[in-house]
Amino acid sequence: MKKIYFKTVLLAGLFLGMTSCIKDLDTVPLNPKTITSATVFDNPDAYKSALAKLYAGLAVSGQTGPSGNPDISGIDEGFGQYLRGYWYLQELSTDEAVISWNDQTIKDFHYQTWDANDVFIKAFYYRIFYQVSLCNEFLRQTTDEKLDERNTPGDLRAEIKTYRAEARFLRALSYWHALDEFGNVPFVTENDPVGAFFPKQISRADLFAYIESELKAIEPDLVDARQNEYGRADKAAAWTLLAKLYLNAKVYTGQEKYSECVTYCKNVINAGFSLQPEYNTLFLADNNVNNNEVIFSVNFDGVHTKTWGGTTFIIHASVGGTMDPAASGIDGGWAGLRTTSSFVNLFNDITGNTDKRAMFWTDGQSLEINDVGKFEDGYAINKFKNVTASGASGSDPTFPDTDFPMFRLADVYLMYAEAVLRGGAGGDLSTALNYVNQIRERAYGDNSGDINQSQLTLDFILDERGRELYWECTRRTDLIRFGKFTGGEYIWPWKGGVKEGTATDNKYDIYPIPSSDITANPNLVQNPGY
Amino acid sequence: MQKRFILVSLVLTLLFFLGVSSANAQTGTVSGTVVDASDGSPLPGTTVKIKGTTTGTVTGIDGKYSITVDGNVILEFSYVGYKTQSVEVKPNSTYDVRLTPTAANLNELVVIGYGVEKKKDATGSVTALSSKDFNKGAITAPADLLAGKVAGVQITNVGGAPGAGAVIRIRGGSSLSASNDPLIVVDGVPLDNSGIAGMRNTLNTINPNDIETFTVLKDASATAIYGNRASNGVILITTKKGKKGKPLTVNYTGKFSLYTTPRKVDVLSAPEFKSLVEKRYEGQDNVLKLLGNSNTDWQSEIFQDAFGMDHSISFLGSTKFMPYRVSLGYTNQDGILKTDNMKRTTIAASLTPSFFDDNLKVTLNVKGTFVKNQFADNGAIGAAVQFDPTQPVKLDSTYTVYFDRPDGTHDSTTTNYGGYFTRTQANGMPVSLGATNPVALLDLTDNHSDVNGLLANLKLDYTLPFFPEVSAHMNIATDRSNSDGEFIVPEYASWTYDPVHGGGVYNKYSQERKNDLFDFYVNYEKYVDNIHSNFKMMLGYSWQHFYRKDYSENGNYSKTWNLDTINSPTENYLLSFFGRFNYSFKDKYLLTFTLRDDGTSRFSPDTRWGLFPSLAFAWQMINEPWLKNSNLISQMKLRLGYGVTGQQNINSGDYPYLPRYTYSQINAGYQLGNVFYLTLRPEGYNEGLKWEETTTYNIGLDYGFWQDRVYGSVDVYYRKTKDLLNFIPVPAGANLTNYLLSNVGDLENKGVEFSVYGRVISKTDISWTVGFNCTYNKNEITRLTATNDTSYLGVETGGIMGGVGNNIQMHSVGYPVNSFFVYQQVYDVNGKPIEGLYVDRNGDGQITNADRYHYKDPAADFFFGISSNLQYKNWDFSFSGRANFNNYVYNNVNSNYGVYSFLYHPEGPYLGNIVKAVSETEFENPQYLSDYYIENASFFKMDNISLGYTFKHLNKNNDKHPVNLGVSITVNNAFTITNYSGLDPEVFGGIDTNIYPRPTIYVFGVNLQF
Repeated sequence: MKKIYFKTVLLAGLFLGMTSCIKDLDTVPLNPKTITSATVFDNPDAYKSALAKLYAGLAVSGQTGPSGNPDISGIDEGFGQYLRGYWYLQELSTDEAVISWNDQTIKDFHYQTWDANDVFIKAFYYRIFYQVSLCNEFLRQTTDEKLDERNTPGDLRAEIKTYRAEARFLRALSYWHALDEFGNVPFVTENDPVGAFFPKQISRADLFAYIESELKAIEPDLVDARQNEYGRADKAAAWTLLAKLYLNAKVYTGQEKYSECVTYCKNVINAGFSLQPEYNTLFLADNNVNNNEVIFSVNFDGVHTKTWGGTTFIIHASVGGTMDPAASGIDGGWAGLRTTSSFVNLFNDITGNTDKRAMFWTDGQSLEINDVGKFEDGYAINKFKNVTASGASGSDPTFPDTDFPMFRLADVYLMYAEAVLRGGAGGDLSTALNYVNQIRERAYGDNSGDINQSQLTLDFILDERGRELYWECTRRTDLIRFGKFTGGEYIWPWKGGVKEGTATDNKYDIYPIPSSDITANPNLVQNPGY
Repeated sequence: MQKRFILVSLVLTLLFFLGVSSANAQTGTVSGTVVDASDGSPLPGTTVKIKGTTTGTVTGIDGKYSITVDGNVILEFSYVGYKTQSVEVKPNSTYDVRLTPTAANLNELVVIGYGVEKKKDATGSVTALSSKDFNKGAITAPADLLAGKVAGVQITNVGGAPGAGAVIRIRGGSSLSASNDPLIVVDGVPLDNSGIAGMRNTLNTINPNDIETFTVLKDASATAIYGNRASNGVILITTKKGKKGKPLTVNYTGKFSLYTTPRKVDVLSAPEFKSLVEKRYEGQDNVLKLLGNSNTDWQSEIFQDAFGMDHSISFLGSTKFMPYRVSLGYTNQDGILKTDNMKRTTIAASLTPSFFDDNLKVTLNVKGTFVKNQFADNGAIGAAVQFDPTQPVKLDSTYTVYFDRPDGTHDSTTTNYGGYFTRTQANGMPVSLGATNPVALLDLTDNHSDVNGLLANLKLDYTLPFFPEVSAHMNIATDRSNSDGEFIVPEYASWTYDPVHGGGVYNKYSQERKNDLFDFYVNYEKYVDNIHSNFKMMLGYSWQHFYRKDYSENGNYSKTWNLDTINSPTENYLLSFFGRFNYSFKDKYLLTFTLRDDGTSRFSPDTRWGLFPSLAFAWQMINEPWLKNSNLISQMKLRLGYGVTGQQNINSGDYPYLPRYTYSQINAGYQLGNVFYLTLRPEGYNEGLKWEETTTYNIGLDYGFWQDRVYGSVDVYYRKTKDLLNFIPVPAGANLTNYLLSNVGDLENKGVEFSVYGRVISKTDISWTVGFNCTYNKNEITRLTATNDTSYLGVETGGIMGGVGNNIQMHSVGYPVNSFFVYQQVYDVNGKPIEGLYVDRNGDGQITNADRYHYKDPAADFFFGISSNLQYKNWDFSFSGRANFNNYVYNNVNSNYGVYSFLYHPEGPYLGNIVKAVSETEFENPQYLSDYYIENASFFKMDNISLGYTFKHLNKNNDKHPVNLGVSITVNNAFTITNYSGLDPEVFGGIDTNIYPRPTIYVFGVNLQF
């Protein structure tokens, strides 16, 4: 009896085990914060959360702040943040910034000796394509067919239509960065699958045309200028991006598009933006309130949007030496960033008493840089801060609240002036002069800094862009447009790796495609010279 | 959980008392002592059986036996590893028996996957160690028991913290991104080797005193039966069990240990530091004013001589039908880093009854572990190296801190930062950069955890009574653990000070792990006489479920704000069908074939099944007529093996193939309008992910000479892993991430293993055995990209301290895994390195990343183990040591702290200490990537030296329960011989970032048996 009982148990165990368990292998995530793609949009709130990720892709480095669950791998998470990467490529390679740190190949930016294995270049490259992939995925998930399948109600569909236009704007923005930094890059849209395939390479000119067509196509679907909620892109953001594209069209395609640039600058200027009364408040912890100058910004918050990149990086890295961290609203400086004497020399008076944009910290600092690795070599800059206009600290001493102005009116004024000077139709020089002097009057507090028509030259514009927009990620693009980034026409300290500066190879006008992607994708051809 | 343990232990205690009361005595007794013929030592546990019956007994702890007989009978004395002896006896007499060892214990049963086999029948590369071979001393991590004992197995203790784990590598790693840990199987239950929250080491849940044998399966023909997790070898652990008929034996072992810090990092003393700062910053008052007046040796402040003790008591015996063993263990160990402590209580019970004329054998094992950890902040170790020695530990000073409220109002408060010296800014806030006062880090951090573990299995082995060739086996097991931990720092601690939001730390975490197993297999064995052939077949099925749930909340000390709560359960399943076929002809030609079909829930339905075969052939030459009667050769077996094993133990979550979205934490949200939204991220995924496969070829020879006075084996192996589970860049834009776990790349390991054991002296009073093993292993990456691009440099790895994101190693095709990737240093005529000057290896006139080259790697080319055991009368003296040859280490301590510019940090500002080695380079700024810091760290380590004396049979007038008392003195980590300039040449991964020093331990041990 007992024997039979045991045999039954054994056989039953065997049978049960083998039949019922094969389907165990089909397990799905148990974590409530992880949802399969098949069901995630069953919740209507998921659309806005997915949209928020597209914007957050510019601001945070992953799903845990400030770090812990990164979007991209292969680099320190803080370095891999979008804005920090963009800042490195646009500023460290120019006369506007040097950095003292020993992080990997970081100093190659100053020396213009980077190569295709550079981790920082690689990180920003992957960031761009991460952002593109996110936008593509959003567009794939919000097609009419998908919305029909999910029986999405009409009012939500209307909203999703705007979201889709914003996703395409953000994709165009990142593709513009790809175009500007890397030239000929892989090209993927929502019509490509997700998985293991080799994206085709697109030429710089074709990518220009694509971005242009996208921005024009989404214009009707975007919210009118200044009418969207804070943080989201509107028509003015798309116009500004088009203006930037056209201003640099000669570099990108060989063809001038200055008239088109004037047109879109005028669209923005006529949309009701105005200069902030005080220049310095553009870069403070409360620059999100009462700000009618900024057209599009990347937004940070000490409690809710934490990152080791973004303005956390810019503000901490710029504080060192005898600077008081508390005066910048932070708990300590990282003693990294200073500037070269070439940049300092753009200002006639560096005290800030006349041109208030001269925000140099000279105490304990030397103008000349003997050792790039020494914070005291080179004047420090005290432009971005984590304090409010009234002097109070931001909500967290480590993670600033300060938003980063990606596009702002003063930039558009200067673009208008430059496009007109370069022969763009549809604008005129006196209006251009007026815009430039508006910027200078804010800087000087009165009209003592005004210039006249004869002083309004292209060289003046370049210098004025430096004075107005320094550390705002425009310098490299500007210098290239003026032919001064590489080569020997303009030399600044440590360019080319020597103290006095020296001429560099023109190949450095575009960054190399990271060798890891050349390896991973046989469709890609490396940029010339790398 | 805890209640359940108490219940189990109560039941077991009860059973134990039942056992004690069941002694029975009759007339017509035969008694005597069984000893080892080679050294005269008693052989406890020898089976004494009346020939032709099932009646029998086993010898006691002193080798004595007593058996009731009816008239003249033949007694059979058998003991594994010894030749069985038969003696004709008559009642009421005494027979002492001397058993001769069969060297290398050919008849010894070795545990293999899903069964046991005689060592002589083994076709694979298998090494078994029993408790008498284990390393001695204060060992809390089971893996340390076999360090240096087995050829091809490298065990590296990760550091000196109490209960710290060890990294085990068998024949080098077979994987790049996936796990390289061997599979560990305890009493037939494969463990989940992913870490347990709040524990330093997963294996620590097992008390080393409970372990009876380790069996290491190295080549694929041996491991293939565990195919789905066996790519890195298998270690089978069996725990001690009671035997039928064995009288109650109580065994107490106590160890009392003193842990001492062997060496400290050689930094500048306070006077040296002061004079150097004064010299270099002469006239710079802003620097000189930072100097203090104290003389503090920070490393002495944080390290201590620590005490530890370990008690273990076991009861082993048998009631009439119920052999049992119950043991209790308690360990309490302080760390040499102050405030570190581990307390561990273990309880283990095993019951091994059999029923129906032994046709049904039941094994029940229950192991409970209760660990209380107190973790010191290990950051203090690095902080003690760099902290300014002219500053005091404590400073009775109050600071006024000025700060802004969120509404913009200015405010101030006062604090003394707990009374510890703290560097402050102008506004009274602490300087956030640079090291924190190491003593404050230790004293103010309360980081503790409670971990309770249960490992239980029930095994049924049933032989069909009407068809004894067939047996069925079932194993049901569960491996569970619950962890709870808290990490608390008070508000006044300087490094978390925040007067605005409320500083300090209160973090809480818990984890629940549940791993369940169900195995079922059937054996069929048949000897066919007329063709001299033995057939054995096994078919089986295995189901495993791994579940874990992590919970954590992080906030400030007063709990007024909470960063986020993380609650993440996850699970995966493994399913397998497997079979094994053994054939032997005339005991000379042995053949083993195994096949497994494995499924894992981690891969998509299209790719989740993997088929893993193995084939092995052995030629037992000693059974050939031309060798059979050799006086010289006593053992000679040639083994050839081939096999494929699979790997799915990825470190990328349980659902890498599934498209899915993840919500952000609240601190990674984004503001749209006036609302901060949690963001929703689509995750990268790889639908095509499949099994990584390792193919192993093995040729081995087992030999023995002079009646096995000398014996051992030689193995040559080649292992190739293809479709490496590798975390590599995907084409930009093609997926939803830039790096993805993909099956790309090949890797190979080649090696030779040699082991020899010798009984140098084998006399009645004196015996001396020595063991030596040597391994050569060479590892090379043979492919890394899908497109096989020869220009591809490789994957950077090996993060170092200094700068951010700096890597010192590179996985590249044609080089060993983790090869260092550095600049070639240029030296001046005096042999001193010239700062910043490197060889322009590509000759392009500038020093760029393209001038870096592959230079050496951390894995030793050769490693050796040696052990010796000398017994003279009641004395025994043993030692064991290890050597590594050509293992290279990057001295990150010198590269990071050996530069003058680290004396003064203008950010802050603050002063920091540097190492004395700076005088060898005179470097001003760090030169992290210089090959100057790659050092040959070959070493010899004396792991343990032990001297013991046994007082035998203390209670002379009681023959029934003799009392033996052993005492011993052991030194663990006795000494190291090396040319390496850092603290310890044994650095897993090859990057010396100042690990927790491994203490030298003096252990007094007591062992009492009765």
